[in-house]
Amino acid sequence: MNRLISDLGKDLIGLEPLSADQIRMILDTAEPFKEISERRIKKVPVLRHKTIVNLFFEPSTRTRISFEFAEKRLSADTVNIQTAGSSVVKGETLVDTARNLEAMRIDMVVMRHGSSGAARFLAERIPSNVINGGDGSHEHPTQGLLDLLTIRDRLKRIEGVKVCIVGDVLHSRVARSNIYGLVKLGAEVAVCAPPTLLPFGIEELGVRVIPRIEEAIEWADVLNVLRLQLERMQGGFVPSLREYNRVYGVSSARLERAPKEILILHPGPMNRGVEIDSDVADGPHSVILDQVTNGVAVRMAVLYLLAGGAPEKAEAAKGAVEP
Amino acid sequence: MSRLGDGRRPLLLRGGRVVDPSQGLDDVRDVLLKDGRVEGMGRGLGTPDGAQVIECAGLVVTPGLIDVHVHLREPGQEHKETILTGARAAAAGGFTAVCAMPNTIPPIDDPASVGFVLAAGQRAGAARVYPLGCISVGQKGERLAEVGEMIEAGAVGITDDGHPVMDSGLMRLALEYSQVFGVPVADHPEDLGLSRGGAMNEGLVATRLGLRGKPNASEDVHILRDLIVAELTGGHIHLQHVSTRLGVEAIRRAKERGVRVTAEATPHHMLLTDEACEGYRTEAKMNPPLRSPADVEAVIAGLQDGTLDTLATDHAPHHYDEKEQAFDDAPNGIVGLETSLGLVHTHLVGKGLIDLPTMVERMSVAPARAFKLPGGTLQAGSPADVTVMDPAARWTVESKRFLSKSRNTPFEGWELVGRATLTVVGGRAVWEAPSKG
Repeated sequence: MNRLISDLGKDLIGLEPLSADQIRMILDTAEPFKEISERRIKKVPVLRHKTIVNLFFEPSTRTRISFEFAEKRLSADTVNIQTAGSSVVKGETLVDTARNLEAMRIDMVVMRHGSSGAARFLAERIPSNVINGGDGSHEHPTQGLLDLLTIRDRLKRIEGVKVCIVGDVLHSRVARSNIYGLVKLGAEVAVCAPPTLLPFGIEELGVRVIPRIEEAIEWADVLNVLRLQLERMQGGFVPSLREYNRVYGVSSARLERAPKEILILHPGPMNRGVEIDSDVADGPHSVILDQVTNGVAVRMAVLYLLAGGAPEKAEAAKGAVEP
Repeated sequence: MSRLGDGRRPLLLRGGRVVDPSQGLDDVRDVLLKDGRVEGMGRGLGTPDGAQVIECAGLVVTPGLIDVHVHLREPGQEHKETILTGARAAAAGGFTAVCAMPNTIPPIDDPASVGFVLAAGQRAGAARVYPLGCISVGQKGERLAEVGEMIEAGAVGITDDGHPVMDSGLMRLALEYSQVFGVPVADHPEDLGLSRGGAMNEGLVATRLGLRGKPNASEDVHILRDLIVAELTGGHIHLQHVSTRLGVEAIRRAKERGVRVTAEATPHHMLLTDEACEGYRTEAKMNPPLRSPADVEAVIAGLQDGTLDTLATDHAPHHYDEKEQAFDDAPNGIVGLETSLGLVHTHLVGKGLIDLPTMVERMSVAPARAFKLPGGTLQAGSPADVTVMDPAARWTVESKRFLSKSRNTPFEGWELVGRATLTVVGGRAVWEAPSKG
């Protein structure tokens, strides 16, 4: 088994610990991998003989499938484990899960878990590479990376771009990964949300707070619109979905007043008519499906790099040479 | 368990520095213990027939230390701690008495349960174990438990610790009713509405880690509520593990107004901030949470001026399996009995933040006074509960050496100066440090 430490370290837990150069390296490595998904035979032998477990303690369709495609297109052997349960059940199984996985001599684990810190917890206990597929409200690094890649594709740069993250920042791992990645790469970052959905001291992470969506639209080059989870309404963070849409919804009427064209991102799955209106989601400025496409490429890049692949050899690796 | 001081023979502690703030004493003295009582004190006391002599030159002799806030987990969670292991851990930490919180399974909310804890404490034959009873039946916060009967059975106070008393009306009743029996009402101050979902202190660390925070306000609001209701009723409120700047300030002002309030400071809230939670370290997860440097400063200031009159550990043992979880899922609390004296001596006394007599005042005299416990003094006739410490002993915290069943400490590996070398309860040595090495 390959135990050498890659240019990224053993694991990908979040974007906070990465340097700007490491983040750029992942994005650059993703570029050549994009093309594989456009081929008739979408498979290269980069991760042949590697075994990867996709361990999902929370329901996920998009992220899990995206990882699975990335793994399969790199010829890895994959196993999917999807469980759900109370937080206590999850906690109790986590240590044992780690030990069991280790006993089965796997190479990599992609994990999603409802508790912040779960990915790091696992990574500290097993020698396999761990990729965080989302842990609680902490980080979702591959989502952050694919958002960066999508912005860079469209605007040809990230530095100086004004990105506003709209919605439930308090509970969002996507928001944190975006903030860390964007700030490191020199973007100007803002958040726009009801104050009930902003965490303490968010400005300290290098972002500005824009209270009203109208101002955010006036300011931003890019809006990254977060999903409003229905539990938040039940938790009393917002009075109703209808009111949320009225006050914070990204609608075409609001976008029409923007002084410039704004790129619209959304990590999915969307609540149409709540945080984003359908005509915006389906409109000309939406890059939501590009995000999905880029997600596979970014995850291929992360898998390749953590397996010890050299960034400069990614192009060649697509042929037949193993890393 | 000891070659020294079996309790049958008189014990002469010779030539130690006796620090007894209850009588304003800090001087070299011999202390004679006989028949379970302090017989007397003086310079160059003769050795009575059959007495054992312990040379205490260079050591500090104090009234036995008392920890008014420990969780011994029995009945119900004996995998974490038992009354026996907890009482022994206390003795090893220099404590001659502890107050056991009633949030066991089932909770100690009737006289029979109080009797069980007392009897198990006596059987342990280590530090004395004084039970607290619940304020409310089943700690449900609904109606008063049989407070009078529990006090009669030996409880020294009431508390729903672990569960704050959220119903202000119930708190009023408790503070009124408890006055008949002369016991304090101890409360864990936390407004559960303001702390909902929180796993650590609300602050930048929590934001970065993606953990929900408990704001200072959740504690401040509840402390103010308790002080106001105590003032209304004239009852004695004992505020547990105060951790916030505003909370300390509110208690200070209430004391100036004459409100009957006593309050605790814990070693961990004076030595650690929420940065200890970095890396999702569950051994730094506790309730109230570790807070900001400004709060740490305020708690220390509170201990210095006596606003926080009692130093307590909130000894909260948990099995290692329970702490080895994701941060949100792990239980709150750390063990404290075997590190408290060393931590306080090293980091508060050693750094000149408090002097040795103040340490003894907060760890022995004031706790005895707050809960009307025997001890807290070496005056002739009082119980022969004595702590002898070596103020120069250097040691390293190694949880595997704890007598407690649990190992959940954030102080692992800390190098400390000062520890108990002999703990005497009722004239009997219940702990003696392994030979000086």
